[in-house]
Amino acid sequence: MAKSLQSCFFNQVIDRVQQQVEESQFYFTLAPRENSVKELRFLLLFSRQGKLRLQKWFVPTSDRERKKVIRDMIMLVLPRQPRTCNFLRWKDLKIVYKRYASLYFCAGLEEQDNELLALEVLHRYVELLDKYFGNVCELDIIFNFEKAYFILDEFLMGGEVLETSKFAVNVSMEQADTLQETMEEYMSKPAY
Amino acid sequence: MSPSVPLQEMIRAIRSARTQCEERGVIQRECAAIRAQFRQTDNGGRSHNLAKLLYVHMLGYPAHFGQMECVRMIASPRYSEKRVGYLGAMMLLDEKQDASLLITNSIKNDLSHSNQYVQSLALCTLACMGSAEMCRDLAPEIDRLLRSSNSYIKKKAALCAVHIVRKVHDLGELFVPSARSLLSEKNHGVLHGAVVLITELCERSPETLERFRKTVPDLVQIMKGLVISGYSPDHDVAGVSDPFLQVRILRLLRILGRNNEAASDAMNDLLAQVATNTDSTKTVGNAVLYETVLTVLDIKSESGLRVLAVNILGRFLLNNDRNIRYIAMTSLQKIVLTDHNAVQRHRGTIVDCLKDQDASVKRRALELSLALVSASNIRSMMKELLIFLSSCPPELRAQAASGIFNAAERYAPSKRWHIDTILHVLTTAGGDVRDETVPNLIQLITNTSELHCYTVHKLYRALLTDISQQPLVQVACWCIGEYGDLLLKGECQETEAVQVTEDDVLDALEIVLQSHMSTPTTRGFALTATMKLSTRITDNVDRIRSIVSIYGSCIDVELQQRAVEYNQCHIFFFLMDVLCSRTTFCVFFAQVVDLLDLLGAGLLHISESIPRFFMLLLASAPTVTVYEKNGVTLTLSCEQQSESGLTVTLTASNSTDSDISGFTLQAAVPKSVQLQMRAPSTDCLPAHGGAKLTQLVVLNNPNKVNLKMRIRVSYTCQGSVVQDMVQVDSFPGL
Repeated sequence: MAKSLQSCFFNQVIDRVQQQVEESQFYFTLAPRENSVKELRFLLLFSRQGKLRLQKWFVPTSDRERKKVIRDMIMLVLPRQPRTCNFLRWKDLKIVYKRYASLYFCAGLEEQDNELLALEVLHRYVELLDKYFGNVCELDIIFNFEKAYFILDEFLMGGEVLETSKFAVNVSMEQADTLQETMEEYMSKPAY
Repeated sequence: MSPSVPLQEMIRAIRSARTQCEERGVIQRECAAIRAQFRQTDNGGRSHNLAKLLYVHMLGYPAHFGQMECVRMIASPRYSEKRVGYLGAMMLLDEKQDASLLITNSIKNDLSHSNQYVQSLALCTLACMGSAEMCRDLAPEIDRLLRSSNSYIKKKAALCAVHIVRKVHDLGELFVPSARSLLSEKNHGVLHGAVVLITELCERSPETLERFRKTVPDLVQIMKGLVISGYSPDHDVAGVSDPFLQVRILRLLRILGRNNEAASDAMNDLLAQVATNTDSTKTVGNAVLYETVLTVLDIKSESGLRVLAVNILGRFLLNNDRNIRYIAMTSLQKIVLTDHNAVQRHRGTIVDCLKDQDASVKRRALELSLALVSASNIRSMMKELLIFLSSCPPELRAQAASGIFNAAERYAPSKRWHIDTILHVLTTAGGDVRDETVPNLIQLITNTSELHCYTVHKLYRALLTDISQQPLVQVACWCIGEYGDLLLKGECQETEAVQVTEDDVLDALEIVLQSHMSTPTTRGFALTATMKLSTRITDNVDRIRSIVSIYGSCIDVELQQRAVEYNQCHIFFFLMDVLCSRTTFCVFFAQVVDLLDLLGAGLLHISESIPRFFMLLLASAPTVTVYEKNGVTLTLSCEQQSESGLTVTLTASNSTDSDISGFTLQAAVPKSVQLQMRAPSTDCLPAHGGAKLTQLVVLNNPNKVNLKMRIRVSYTCQGSVVQDMVQVDSFPGL
């Protein structure tokens, strides 16, 4: 399908991945540091070839800064061996990442945050996606990215957990979707 | 769910592009179409268009022309359009964009919408990118929603309030009453939001924190309910009931209990209960335990509870899961200063973690191990650290090496151990040590006079084995230059002596000089050492001269300069004796260290050439021997400081076979001359000229009389007291 595109990108990523990336090499702040106990600063989903599938920013961040963070995260996380620690240090943040099939879920936390709980947050999000899409795979998230965002917005808000019950999130999504359909002017066939 | 066909068709088209160039082409076409669509009147496909644009944006392409479309969509009465419009606002707009102001009104309207999902969109967007003005504008509305009867809205309003408080600190006051009442909610989502809000309010204002301290019993109640309650399918995660809520409550308790005895007491039992009852087989249970430990260590907890917490961390260290081990070490690092003894108990496990496969774990283990080094465990810890150094990942080498040096300096049980340790580090990780290691080591060796023989033997052997580690080679060359005579003697107390000839030693130095692995600095050291040996050896002076003169035409300017100047030195051979004689270093060169780096401190730059130095030397400190009897020599040098001021330096040395103690000097001068004796450097003169004694005498001769000085020498040698007097009639250089 898009193999050559992916492999071309892959080669570019590989070249960059060859470099040794020191864990805290560059200094740069994401946003004016707010003195707060926020859970998450950002959440990124990217594929093993380094393609971004979802980005959620919980602090105001400029486009340039976002691009830089995404690049740095991809360079930090992709070369990690399996069965290594899921936690990294990057600048003044803790990075928590987990790989699910072909997707990396990567979150940036504040200094005081609980990394183990962040792993649970990532896991919960995957479960929610799985329930919604039914055996979710990367393609689901690519072709229905807006739904992935809507689900995220029912689970997290302002960098904090919004709803701790799986069922409640699913119910909200179903009901909101129903609302959407009645306003659709035509029924679209699912196809990809 | 109805996926958008136009969106998916576009995604498919983009993905099927074979090259980056092709993809760009597809995207350009699509963007042009989208832009055209934006300009058209409503055709029912607006939400699909915006969604397409958002996809393109996620791929990294510019999408700012969609900002106004977001504003329009948000104002639309259709839910599907609002939904995508708000999503677009969150992705494309931030508070810095002007367009974000335009959506304030829509948000305000939607907050009072009859449909909770529309309200929720507005709340979510406000919490994501609401600017300070928007927050100020809409805060009363949010407070109203906090009191609504709808849990779905309440929980969202709570987190929206959190965002408002972060943006505009003063608005916190507004939310205090509602936050308080939300604690009696049963709905976990609302409860969670309430706890987060209260945490935020307490963090912002100490007065608010005081007021919320009263809620500690309520929070304890809620926690107890979660911990003891039976299985609740809604909130259960691997046997733990609502871990997210538990962790947030624990964090709030931490903030409330900090620095407050009463509050800490009230939560003591609960914390013990959570610590003991929580199932630690899965990550989720450990997440709760971890938060509990952090809370216990931060509040004014009982010592028993504290020990329990540290023990939990100790258990974490033994966990199979790397993440847990990493967490444990990070936490132990934080308390290693305050609860040092408690952490020391787990030292063995921590040191074992140095051997872990994972680089993150290794790094933490290294930091923690270095923090745990103390006088009592230095030997065993250093063994482990040196083993670690030989196999550690390259990015940790520099940190490990400098940590080892610091620890060695602070806790070295003996000088020999200290030198051995430094040499070991230089052999294993010579390329990763800091620049000042070389002069520091040279200083250490110089000061450890009893080990000169041992050190030069060790370094000579190291040099024979490997000349690739530059710092080691530099120190070795310097040492051989300094103490080469001890090497040639062929006997050593501390270690097995080598039987070498002068040629062997010069061979070793020549190999360094000629090796392609040696840096220019190293070559400089080797050349200087070769030169220095000309005073310590007797047979091969010609060979030295020929080595040095070869470098007179070396391509490296620095080496060339040295070689040429050293060659000239041979003319002033007797002065070379002064320069290169071991003991004179300490006296003169401490002051003139920047003129000549014969001390071997490789970073120091030779700025003056030797002939010039000689002039300076002659001009500044001419020496004359004023007393020589029974192996005791006293030399005198003087320096004119001002019109009438003069500094006289007396230097004593002992070339007999036995040590001299109680050495004192007294001086007398003509009446009109003022005299001030400074404290002598020592009162012992070791045998065989081991070290010299210096004493400074400051004179003031305002009448410019003819200067004379009587010096009385007094010392004890082999049990008997010797006293003598000498008169100095002429001072050199005056």
